[in-house]
Amino acid sequence: MSETKATHSSSAHEPDSGSTRRDFLYLSAASMAAVGAGSVGWAFVDSMNPAQDTLAMASTEVDLAPIEIGQSITVMWRGKPVFIRHRTANEIETARTVDVSALRDPQQDSDRVKKDEWLILVGICTHLGCVPVGQKSGEPRGEYDGWFCPCHGSHYDSSGRIRKGPAPKNLAVPDYQFLTDTSVRIG
Amino acid sequence: MGSGPREDFKNPVVNWIDERLPVFTLMQKEYGVFPTPKNFNYFWNFGAIAMVVLVTMIVTGIFLAMNYTAHEDMAFDSVERIMRDVNYGWLLRYIHMNGASMFFIAIYIHIYRGMYYGSYKKPRELLWILGVLILVLLMATAFMGYTLPWSQMSGWGATVITSLFSAIPLVGDSLLTWLWGGFSVDNPTLNRFYALHYLLPFVICAVVFLHIWALHVTGSNNPLGIEPKGPQDTLPFHPYYTMKDSFGICVFLVFFAFMVFFAPNYLNHADHYVPFDPLVTPQHIVPEWYFLPFYAILRAVTFDIGIPLTKIVFIEAKLGGVLAMFGSIALLGFMPWLDTSKVRSAKFRPMYKLALFGLVAAFVALGIAGAKPAEGLWLYVSQVSMAYYFAFFVVILPMLGKIEKTKPLPGSIHEAVTAKAK
Ligand code: HEM
Ligand code: FES
Repeated sequence: MSETKATHSSSAHEPDSGSTRRDFLYLSAASMAAVGAGSVGWAFVDSMNPAQDTLAMASTEVDLAPIEIGQSITVMWRGKPVFIRHRTANEIETARTVDVSALRDPQQDSDRVKKDEWLILVGICTHLGCVPVGQKSGEPRGEYDGWFCPCHGSHYDSSGRIRKGPAPKNLAVPDYQFLTDTSVRIG
Repeated sequence: MGSGPREDFKNPVVNWIDERLPVFTLMQKEYGVFPTPKNFNYFWNFGAIAMVVLVTMIVTGIFLAMNYTAHEDMAFDSVERIMRDVNYGWLLRYIHMNGASMFFIAIYIHIYRGMYYGSYKKPRELLWILGVLILVLLMATAFMGYTLPWSQMSGWGATVITSLFSAIPLVGDSLLTWLWGGFSVDNPTLNRFYALHYLLPFVICAVVFLHIWALHVTGSNNPLGIEPKGPQDTLPFHPYYTMKDSFGICVFLVFFAFMVFFAPNYLNHADHYVPFDPLVTPQHIVPEWYFLPFYAILRAVTFDIGIPLTKIVFIEAKLGGVLAMFGSIALLGFMPWLDTSKVRSAKFRPMYKLALFGLVAAFVALGIAGAKPAEGLWLYVSQVSMAYYFAFFVVILPMLGKIEKTKPLPGSIHEAVTAKAK
């Protein structure tokens, strides 16, 4: 009995003698260090995420009353442009009659609006983030009567869906709520 | 480092310091008597030139920083103030602005030199990889510097390039928000880019130090691509190459000065003098010339990669472009293992030489196509050039080692040099 004890304590000092109490100490010390470094590291990483005041500015209210049928306006929301288009009956009609299954990012027009005549979109091309043109009268609206992105040539339709060009997704629909019939809160 | 036996210096002050901290012994060993192949040509100047440009960028950058304000409302005006009101501010900025281009000219030639003469091969693989790392850091530094004037080009260039990360599946969008510190390229983005733009050049200095350290372990390659066999093949670095490098640096500085004084905005874009407007993208956004070949690769992938004739897609076109772009740089790092030939220098490799000229042609074609709209003929040009670029690394390089008949190598550097002199 005393013999086994002696071999055990001497082998504990040899690095290659299987798992010992010392290995356990090394392992637990190393994992504590890793957990410690990780939790402090997270503070640094997370400090680069949007700050509280940036998040607090995250909603915008818009009065829709002055926007005529066929007109569009651009408002700023979270530092990005939001397109609000008062669609004509014709625009709604063409957006509705598209064969959705043939689209790159299949989505019904009715899933993209809350009220048919008001199309509200984040005006950021889903390719690499340029602002498509087509808001002002006279600007090119692309081949599908919506928006055209000049950066690498993406065409969006009158529902803001991607129809042609490199962008993978439809223009995003932000979270929004109608406060009254003519005013809306985005975000 | 330098703690072995040392010889005394005559100057007592130098000697006193050197006994305690052997910096003079170190310099004497690494830059004084350092044995250097005696057959260098002018391609070997560009490492020293790049180093001079790095120091120039750091010095002008620090003095610009004394007058620059990193805030969305003030950045553009502070750069204009540097141009108009700060004494010699125009000079500092034009040196810094053109210096970035000079840096890339020097680095691209330096890399081409390494490829032509096979400097990436054993035993210099790690030296080469450190070089590729410097290129990547340089690209990041220049990209972030370009956002600092907060012009239309700054803001939209930053938007397009950071948006590349949104192509990453699942985490892309959160990663992008994290990079921006908001929901678009905005004031937090400008601030962090400034902090990193200040930091990265010093990281580059550290990697350059490792690069030189590794160089001084293996010694330099040379135009023949054969190792020096003894003292008859080498010269002490000083005065021979200190002189030759100084001469090359002077010639390069003449060109640099010409650009700064006579064509400071030749490589610039008019939209770089219009303040950033997050609601309006300029009609033509084009990156700086040194990014054009990679930008062309990014845009050349216009097709999804998946199973043909089905709707199954593994890699969307957007992600494919991003992978191709980063892959094109990463491939450089694998060159030492992709190239299976025993012979280093293209002088003795007729087929490799042709293939490499093809690569240069493809790179230039990509650069030209990168500045044009990605459609029609130009799209086709970028796709063909991109195909060649990748084929060069993954098909041609490994294959040449097997099929190429190389020319006989000279017995030694000395033999080749004296044979030429006769
Ligand atoms: C690897 C070295 C460096 C490179 C390649 C580089 C590149 C650039 C570039 C391309 C610009 C935009 C110039 C323009 O369009 O106006 C810029 C701007 C700037 N850089 Fe650097 N830079 C380097 C080092 C530094 C360092 C060490 C500092 C020190 C703080 C610095 C401070 C600045 C400042 C304050 C600006 C804004 C003013 C301006 O635009 O002229 N840079 N840098
Ligand atoms: S960013 Fe719109 S097409 Fe590329």
